[in-house]
Amino acid sequence: MLKIKNLHASIEGTPILQGINLEVKAGEIHAIMGPNGSGKSTLASVLAGREEYEVTEGEVWFKGKDLLELSPEDRAREGVFLAFQYPIEIPGVSSTNFLRTAVNQVREYRGQEPLDAVKFLSLMKEKMKLVEIDQKLLSRSLNEGFSGGEKKRNEIFQMAILEPTLSILDETDSGLDIDALKVVSNGVNQLKTKDNATIIVTHYQRLLDYIIPDYVHVLYQGRIVKSGTKELALELEEKGYDWIKEEVAGLTV
Amino acid sequence: MTTITKQINSLTSTLLEAYKDLKQVLPATSLRNEGTALLEENGLPVNRVEEYKFTPITKKIESNISHFQHAAPSVKVDQKTITENLIPDMDVHLVVINNGKLEKTLSTFDSSVLSITSFTDLPEEKIDQRIGKIAIAKKDPYVALNQVAFQDGVWLEIGAKTVLDKPVFILQFVQASPEAEAVHCRTYIQVGNTAKATFIEKVVSLDDQPYFLNGVTEINVGENSQVEFYRIQDEGKAALEVNNTEVNVPRDASFSSAVISFQAQMIRNNLSINLLDSNSVGNMYGLYLLNGHTHVDNHTNVDHTKPHSESNELYKGILADHSRGVFNGKIFVRQDAQKTNAFQQNNNILLSEDAVINTKPQLEIWADDVKCSHGCTTGQLDEEALFYLRSRGISKESSRGMLLYAFAGEVLEKINNENFRNYCIRLVQQRLGSH
Repeated sequence: MLKIKNLHASIEGTPILQGINLEVKAGEIHAIMGPNGSGKSTLASVLAGREEYEVTEGEVWFKGKDLLELSPEDRAREGVFLAFQYPIEIPGVSSTNFLRTAVNQVREYRGQEPLDAVKFLSLMKEKMKLVEIDQKLLSRSLNEGFSGGEKKRNEIFQMAILEPTLSILDETDSGLDIDALKVVSNGVNQLKTKDNATIIVTHYQRLLDYIIPDYVHVLYQGRIVKSGTKELALELEEKGYDWIKEEVAGLTV
Repeated sequence: MTTITKQINSLTSTLLEAYKDLKQVLPATSLRNEGTALLEENGLPVNRVEEYKFTPITKKIESNISHFQHAAPSVKVDQKTITENLIPDMDVHLVVINNGKLEKTLSTFDSSVLSITSFTDLPEEKIDQRIGKIAIAKKDPYVALNQVAFQDGVWLEIGAKTVLDKPVFILQFVQASPEAEAVHCRTYIQVGNTAKATFIEKVVSLDDQPYFLNGVTEINVGENSQVEFYRIQDEGKAALEVNNTEVNVPRDASFSSAVISFQAQMIRNNLSINLLDSNSVGNMYGLYLLNGHTHVDNHTNVDHTKPHSESNELYKGILADHSRGVFNGKIFVRQDAQKTNAFQQNNNILLSEDAVINTKPQLEIWADDVKCSHGCTTGQLDEEALFYLRSRGISKESSRGMLLYAFAGEVLEKINNENFRNYCIRLVQQRLGSH
């Protein structure tokens, strides 16, 4: 589904990603871990099409298409979804209107009929249960006055509505209390099918107790320096990242 | 000994010369003499004049307009043109004005609740006693100019305890003719006590030729009455306009204004609200969505004179291309006006590096027990928000439109009349490409 080959990216001339290689197949969950500043969020942003980042080398293929050639909206329409690390508040844009516009523009791209108000509302109702989001929140402006946990829940709610094939969760667990974490994880697990895939970017192993990854990768200095299974995450939790850093330093000496 | 010679600019001299021999149907001698004297003394404002520093309207008139000698004649306005300019699905009392003159046969209104009279049909003493008493010529040279040159005007009157069931729609058609490119129009709105009325004014340019529209509107609100006055400015690209609107608001009365500006060459709006007594309210709202080379200047002035009055002001602008906006908001709180609440806000988004906004709050407060606040911001479209919307599959254009509408919509929410508000929302969304 997703093939990343030798991806290099920089921001304002500073290289951040320095040769990422990663393949994600349908039905898989990949966790990307790593110390702060290793490039995890940059990878998520580059995949979603954030324009501040310049891809200097490498390729990204998504379902046979050159992902880097697509605008952010077309990536979303093709099925890429980024759950933001810091979902922003947009006063004056109603949550409902925003979501309906998104759903219908995605449907239009895929050659589907737009959902009318009634059908859209029943879709919303169905998905609201999944992340236990209060209808009152959705009658407000987008994310306006939401708590940190409510914002993250809203991200997963949007994901549920848009039904992406590749979801990238960018530090969705950071700052969540355990109850919110369970709700968010439960939502992600329920949305899991054999046809979609998930990339979880996280700093903490805790989330991986609730969403079990098939693969765990360690990102450091803009490269994947180690890959393994969920046991690797536990090892990182126990030993921290220093041994990884030492290994990398040892290799380069 | 020094000799002081006053020099007024050449346009003022040209105009005074031209209007000296203008054939006047309305004598209004004292108004004309006062206007002439003021212009002879101060002239029309040039760039040095603080109040017109950012809006060189006098210079623009000088370079775009050259025929003043004649009064603007009535032009052809047919039913089709009127229908095209009505607000869809909105029932109104319609007042049609043709180059400053009332078109009584084309106007349709219920005369049992609303009386409409041409100035030329008013008793002369009414002109002398009432006209020019709210909009004071001394305050602005263009009011003085209007007093010199106006040919006619429209007197709208609503009696005490009258609640208008539908808005009064003032449809003002303007077109320059080869010999007369300036229109000096006047409107006087008299609202009785404990009455309620909504007015909507729209200027329609009948072609793309430059004209100079110099309007003066005086509004006398009755005690305990509520008056709303909305204006849509979407004129020809060459249009020049100065608009002076001054309102007296007595005890227990409220007045709300909303000015929605889209297009012209240059517009200067002077809006003044005099809160004359306790429990009076003045609201001033404005939205300017400009592109091309359109220049819109909103100067507002609210004067709190007695205790317990309130004013609310919100002006917002989105400026693209080479457009330019000016906002100046004066709030006066007199010594007697304790317990005044006065709030002012001006926010702008610049969409291009060539767009300019000059914004200036001006608060003068002599009372010590008041609540006043003001703020202004100028920024660009939020790129983070734009990316967020696009990352959900919404096109760049729609995302942009949604964000701009989110910004602009706050002003439209202040419009009480639901039909008109919805009409404005549609207009603004069309402009912004959102839906």
